[in-house]
Amino acid sequence: MTSDRSVIVDSLGVGLATGAYGVSFGALSTSSSGLTVLQTCVMSLFVFTGATQFAFIGTVASGGNPVAGALTATLLGSRNLFYGLSIAQKLRLSGPARLASAHLVIDESTATSVTRDTTRQARLGFFWTGLSIFVLWNITTLLGAIAGENIGDPKTYGLDAAVGAAFLGLLWPRLATWQGRLVALVGAAVALGAIPLTSPGIPIIIGGAVAVLLGMLWQPRERT
Amino acid sequence: MTALWWGIIVMIVCCFALKYAGLSVPEHVLDHPVTVRAANLIPAALLGALIAVQVFGDGSSLTIDARVLALGVAAVLLMLRVPFLPMVFIAALVAALVRQL
Repeated sequence: MTSDRSVIVDSLGVGLATGAYGVSFGALSTSSSGLTVLQTCVMSLFVFTGATQFAFIGTVASGGNPVAGALTATLLGSRNLFYGLSIAQKLRLSGPARLASAHLVIDESTATSVTRDTTRQARLGFFWTGLSIFVLWNITTLLGAIAGENIGDPKTYGLDAAVGAAFLGLLWPRLATWQGRLVALVGAAVALGAIPLTSPGIPIIIGGAVAVLLGMLWQPRERT
Repeated sequence: MTALWWGIIVMIVCCFALKYAGLSVPEHVLDHPVTVRAANLIPAALLGALIAVQVFGDGSSLTIDARVLALGVAAVLLMLRVPFLPMVFIAALVAALVRQL
């Protein structure tokens, strides 16, 4: 039987490790993408879903239309919908509590709550992880954003290259399966092909759409 | 109101709606094999496309520069299970150093 204490300790560990990424988000947002500190902090406070935020500033950095970029980035956040579905029965939240908690539905809070056996421990995992990430993510975003604004040309520090590395880090766990690898590769290849043919921001949408479509059509044979 | 702010507002509204809907709608509404499968594929597909554009794109042309090397370094570090932040930091450092040559 897992103790409440160990659930909280696990959650705080995940919270600390994840919350620190805010530095890289903040710095890249103001240096590579040219957002203001305020815009950067508003994103971390009110969007609060890391991959989506990175995707948005990535699209903006490559010269894409921000609204189209926002829609693409939101698509990346659509997994939160399914996270909510899978933890709803675990957390058993009533109306107002649900509204107040929804903001914390992210990768990590889902991972630390969905595996728990009891509602009590699922809630402990969800809130300790979600809140510790929320607090840290916003503090580190602010620090990173201020630093990013004061360092001059981001290319000097290789910060433009850091965006690609950050995306690869987010993608990495998805490359564990052949299907994940294939889909990512198709997305990348199609996007590359579309770069000279379309306006900025569009290649990401086309690449993503084609890869999802192919992934849907390609049914790996069931092992028996 | 700049386009950037509009983009941010779109994300705030849509992302919260997605999170809240997930906690609220009855499970059977979305629990269809096709939607679940599509949702599983979207992150890998979009991140693959984002990496390609971020690393090789230069406006509407393709270039190969220090960013490619940094991506390779990042891949090696991830294989060695280096955590996210040091991995990103070292990748950026490599790109910065290569540009000094």
